[in-house]
Amino acid sequence: MALPAAQPSNVTVLATKASAASPAAPAAVVALPARKGGAAGLLKSKTMKRLNAIALTVIPPLLVLLAMMLVWEIACNKPGATLPAPSKIWSESKDLITHPFFVAGPQDIGLGLRVMTSLQRVAIGFGLAAVAGVFLGALVGQSVWAMRGLDPIFQVLRTVPPLAWLPISLAAFRDANPSAIFVIFITAIWPVIINTAVGIRNIPQDYRNVAQVLRLNPIEFFFKVMIPSAAPYIFTGLRIGIGLSWLAIVAAEMLTGGVGIGFFIWDAWNSSRLTDIIVALAYIGVIGFALDRIVAFVGVVVTRGTSAS
Amino acid sequence: MSDYLKLDHIDKTFTRGGLTSEVLKDVRLTIDKGEFISIIGHSGCGKSTLLNLIAGLTQVTNGAVLFENREVNAPGPERAVVFQNHSLLPWLSVYENVKLAVDKVFSGAKTKAERHDWIMHNLNLVQMGHAKDKKPSEISGGMKQRVGIARALAMEPKILLLDEPFGALDALTRAHLQDSVMDIHARLGNTMIMITHDVDEAVLLSDRIVMMTNGPAATIGEVEEVKLERPRNRLDLVSDLRYIASREAVLRFLYERHRHVEAA
Ligand SMILES: Nc1ncnc2c1ncn2[C@@H]1O[C@H](COP(=O)(O)OP(=O)(O)OP(=O)(O)O)[C@@H](O)[C@H]1O
Ligand SMILES: [Mg+2]
Repeated sequence: MALPAAQPSNVTVLATKASAASPAAPAAVVALPARKGGAAGLLKSKTMKRLNAIALTVIPPLLVLLAMMLVWEIACNKPGATLPAPSKIWSESKDLITHPFFVAGPQDIGLGLRVMTSLQRVAIGFGLAAVAGVFLGALVGQSVWAMRGLDPIFQVLRTVPPLAWLPISLAAFRDANPSAIFVIFITAIWPVIINTAVGIRNIPQDYRNVAQVLRLNPIEFFFKVMIPSAAPYIFTGLRIGIGLSWLAIVAAEMLTGGVGIGFFIWDAWNSSRLTDIIVALAYIGVIGFALDRIVAFVGVVVTRGTSAS
Repeated sequence: MSDYLKLDHIDKTFTRGGLTSEVLKDVRLTIDKGEFISIIGHSGCGKSTLLNLIAGLTQVTNGAVLFENREVNAPGPERAVVFQNHSLLPWLSVYENVKLAVDKVFSGAKTKAERHDWIMHNLNLVQMGHAKDKKPSEISGGMKQRVGIARALAMEPKILLLDEPFGALDALTRAHLQDSVMDIHARLGNTMIMITHDVDEAVLLSDRIVMMTNGPAATIGEVEEVKLERPRNRLDLVSDLRYIASREAVLRFLYERHRHVEAA
């Protein structure tokens, strides 16, 4: 192994370091390249490892995606095919893919902007569902009587498909936007309630005893013991809830109209822009995936202490 | 002159799904201020149940727990509990676990700085000040138990209730914590009631050892008074005749007279 002659000073420093660390002189010579750069070398190998890990998670799905595109291209790139091939999607919907945030008119905007309006509805509906769901779940989990009274009702209501709520909420709110938000709310709330209730019921008696000896009042008990203790369960519920919300918003928007991503698909279907629909599907999938990961990540950060016990 | 803590003809039965089980029957005991009491008895006889009654975590079926002539029917910080399995809240650091207790008990009486000093004082008392920012999952079992003791002491309880506080610890840690508890008892002079399975521990620490008969319907079988002067040193006591006599009395009770449920 030849050391670069251009760095003589570096070499001498390293040599003294190495010989100080290990008195065996031959070993020091061999060890030199490994120790080169000291901390910088360590950092380099760390980033290498990280890059390696990223490559391992990113490259296989990319390859599979490429293969799928290829098969799809071969299958659909011929006259008489009912669905557009990837090449056709690129040529016809290029502006949608490359310019997510363009604004060319009140109804002619980029998919990124449409997703934003959909996300805004989800944020409001899901946010309300999260808060109400945790409170109701805590009530059901904590009080036997609340459970007896409410649980059967929840169990029935949660089986109602999201879109079945839409006509009722349109009738009640007389406006598309609050109706869509309500559908998100009513879709996302059940898993939050049910998981929170399970989490509250599973609070160890020891924690309750501690709270009792300290005479924590109900509000202190709720925030200082119940919520942290049930947090892993709550986040399971929230994660299921955000997934259901995203499923429901697209369907709801198809029916209520507006500028959301759901209505865009419906609109594209009515004007036979199949390639636009496929691009929109890709958007929806990626955003749904991201939402799921975000909630999961927040859950991991928040419940680090609880689950480590 | 009246009794400090009085267990007045206590019965305790649990009812679950139509099934009633009589756990404690006619338990009578008076405890003086500053006394160190150990409760010893076979597993499942109702020791924890008795401690929970004194703590107010469960309610008596008949009779009464009287503390300073008032009936106990709810838990409170003047009767702090060191639980069998430490019961630290895992999402709070060592410091925050003690802080939760201190903030609650001294919210009006102490300023923020005073509360901080008091938390650190109690952590240092059990030699845990150095680990104040660690989470319970990051410290050993013995350390957790010490934090549990610090949390209980930080409430400045009149009575400290300890449910097998050293049950899950190795002999060395155990001996060390026993010394700490004796030290704290000598310094603060609070009343302590401790459940234990360890005869040596009971004799070493206690003024009186309460021996419980086997359940169901367990009651106090005998009370052994340990008349050894304090401070006590475990090595000096090994050959002390009074120590040996007390130890033998407790062992006899446990292994001869109440070996089996049938024998009770
Ligand atoms: N909440 C409860 N409901 C019904 N039975 C109970 C309840 N708590 C305790 N028991 C019963 O009371 C009896 C005494 O229990 P306890 O926990 O007081 O025993 P213990 O002496 O502390 O035992 P150990 O030494 O093993 O901790 C047991 O038979 C137990 O099954
Ligand atoms: Mg017990």
